[in-house]
Amino acid sequence: MTETTEVLRAEKVTKRFGGLIAVNTIDFAIPRGSIVSLIGPNGAGKTTFFNVIAGIYDPTDGRIEFRGETVIAHPRRAWLEPILWLVMPGVVAMATILASLAGLAQGTVILGIFATILVLLASLVTGVARGPAYQRFLGRFGIFRSARPNDMVVAGLGRTFQNIRLFQNMTVLENVQVGMHSRLHAGWVDALLSTPRNRAEELSSRIRAEELLALVGLQGTGDGLAKNLPYGDQRRLEIARAVASNPVLLLLDEPTAGMNPNETAGLTSLISRLRRDLGLTILLIEHDMKVVMGISDRVTVLDHGEKIAEGTPDEIRRDPKVIEAYLGAPAA
Amino acid sequence: MTATMEVRSAGSPSPRARLRAYAHGHRSATIVVSMVLITAAMIVLAQVPPLSLIQRQNAWFDAFANAGTFVLLAMGLNVVVGLAGLLDLGYAAFFAIGSYTYAYSNSPFSQTDLPFLPMLVVGAAVAAVFGIALGAPTLRLRGDYLAIMTLGFGEIVPIVFLNLDKWTEGTNGIGGIFRPEPLPVLGEFSALSPFPYYILMVGIVTVAMILLYRMQDSRIGRAWNAIREDELAAAANGINTVTTKLLAFAIGATTAGFAGVFNASKLTIVSPEQFLFAVSFSVLAMVILGGMGNIWGVAAGALLVYLIQVVLLKQLNGMVEGLGIPFLTEINFLDYQYLLFGVALVLMMLFRPEGLFPSQRRRRELHIADELAGPIDEPAVIGSLGAAPGADELGDTSGQDLRGHDR
Repeated sequence: MTETTEVLRAEKVTKRFGGLIAVNTIDFAIPRGSIVSLIGPNGAGKTTFFNVIAGIYDPTDGRIEFRGETVIAHPRRAWLEPILWLVMPGVVAMATILASLAGLAQGTVILGIFATILVLLASLVTGVARGPAYQRFLGRFGIFRSARPNDMVVAGLGRTFQNIRLFQNMTVLENVQVGMHSRLHAGWVDALLSTPRNRAEELSSRIRAEELLALVGLQGTGDGLAKNLPYGDQRRLEIARAVASNPVLLLLDEPTAGMNPNETAGLTSLISRLRRDLGLTILLIEHDMKVVMGISDRVTVLDHGEKIAEGTPDEIRRDPKVIEAYLGAPAA
Repeated sequence: MTATMEVRSAGSPSPRARLRAYAHGHRSATIVVSMVLITAAMIVLAQVPPLSLIQRQNAWFDAFANAGTFVLLAMGLNVVVGLAGLLDLGYAAFFAIGSYTYAYSNSPFSQTDLPFLPMLVVGAAVAAVFGIALGAPTLRLRGDYLAIMTLGFGEIVPIVFLNLDKWTEGTNGIGGIFRPEPLPVLGEFSALSPFPYYILMVGIVTVAMILLYRMQDSRIGRAWNAIREDELAAAANGINTVTTKLLAFAIGATTAGFAGVFNASKLTIVSPEQFLFAVSFSVLAMVILGGMGNIWGVAAGALLVYLIQVVLLKQLNGMVEGLGIPFLTEINFLDYQYLLFGVALVLMMLFRPEGLFPSQRRRRELHIADELAGPIDEPAVIGSLGAAPGADELGDTSGQDLRGHDR
């Protein structure tokens, strides 16, 4: 993967819900190692834009490049994909038909029919599973389909949610371990046989999870349930879970919502520390202007789905369009 | 994990806590030891009152072996419903596929006689293939839609076996299925001595339980749990939800395949009416009554429900007839088994929704109220008061949410 100076670049991204244009032709870029904030009044389309980047919504138009590769865009040659699924079963089926024409034993023909069904099933499963190797295979035929949320995580994106979405009835430690899922490799065979690899991986993932909990200031809470954590700590846990997949880009959706000034200050310093210690690039949606102006390198302002301003915090603070969006136009 | 916590909190660990910690660390060994103990206990229990008064010892072993089929089914369905949270209403279909696979490999009808143990694996594999075939195109459905789809599949399979009578003998079913060839130690399998079946079944259940526990405690088991709790968050944390759910489906189907092969070899006949919706429903009821998500729990639930359903109700008829009360002798208690099921399920949902032997996780989910009665943090009104006025110039929202806590 070629590393560019921009971790993420969005070009003319539009997302329409029926008649509502939630996000309208937005161009946007996040330089490597920076903290970029996305602000705007309620309903400006910030979270929708987030969800498009994270692979949850397919954009109506536009494309997104992540770490130098186009990951989200209009599907290209999608019609070819189901045809590819039929190639292998087709070959087996043809062989079976030829065998029956050649007058081979009935047993062979029946075996051929079974083989056809199995191969058909195998290609169907490969198709719906859409593993990385399969996606590279599709690329060879010029087929492109947008990345799904889990593909984005594998590619190096971590995110938190506006309304905390922890796995509430799992322990704090398990939550972080789920975050590591895409970086662990023990499959079902390892699990069934309890192979040394499986045990080693479980152990190391536990140790790593403890480290991450300590990093966000939750050391010693690992055995408790996620839902029993105080609100502020749940936000921290969600960050630890997002960071567990070793992302390059971290998306934080209103990380300080509902926090008191003390907690907000603590979280702000945590965000700076994440950038420093883990070398993360961070995209932030935030309403607390103290946080935004304090840690952002750049700020982008959305209103009614459109980008109305972009620049350093100081430029944004003085921008008349931004002030108008938040406070309304001055009386004539 | 709870066990280790207990050990730490107590100054000198009690023997019980130590045992629990040990059991948690050596799960497979614990399962083997427990199963041996339970098997031995059941052999003894079957020969002493009160069980020996109900029916003869061989009839008990027969019942235990049959119950084992349902224990397997319940453990398999538990993976799909209890761990991955996918409601499967057509589970009997995979049971049927396993059974018919064995019937085709070992019957006068197909004129084949293949060895039993390899067929056990083949039957399970065939069921798994059908599980994947059903799951691959449909697992993107959620909740109710998935339930309806599985319900449909569960209806289709017996109907296909019923109507393809050229291949399946239709309603008559495939009869005269050969019993397993004699195995070392166990000896001969026959209708008259169900003991080898009982021991074989215990063996299968033990292996299945070890493997299922390993799955549950692995990275994949964690992913199942995450999907059950919040599918979107699971996907946003890098879990391929399609393959993970498919795997749960396949493992459930495999377990049903094992149960099917065993069942066919024991009953020596398979026919479509053995696999109707009632079976899917019974197994689901066993899982719910036993305690969804807890492997030991659903196994115990299945054993209990099966024995009540098949042994107790049947014997009740005989006993009541012996009493000679005119009104009661008219009643065939077996006819009322689903009424009993229904009543039991309603009572269960009212008073113990997590099941008889719940998993830790389910208990937590369903008893939120108890936990809320626990310590509550001080409400933090300070948050909104303390916010610096200057920070609000662009619509600050901090402090609006009263859930914030002061620390």
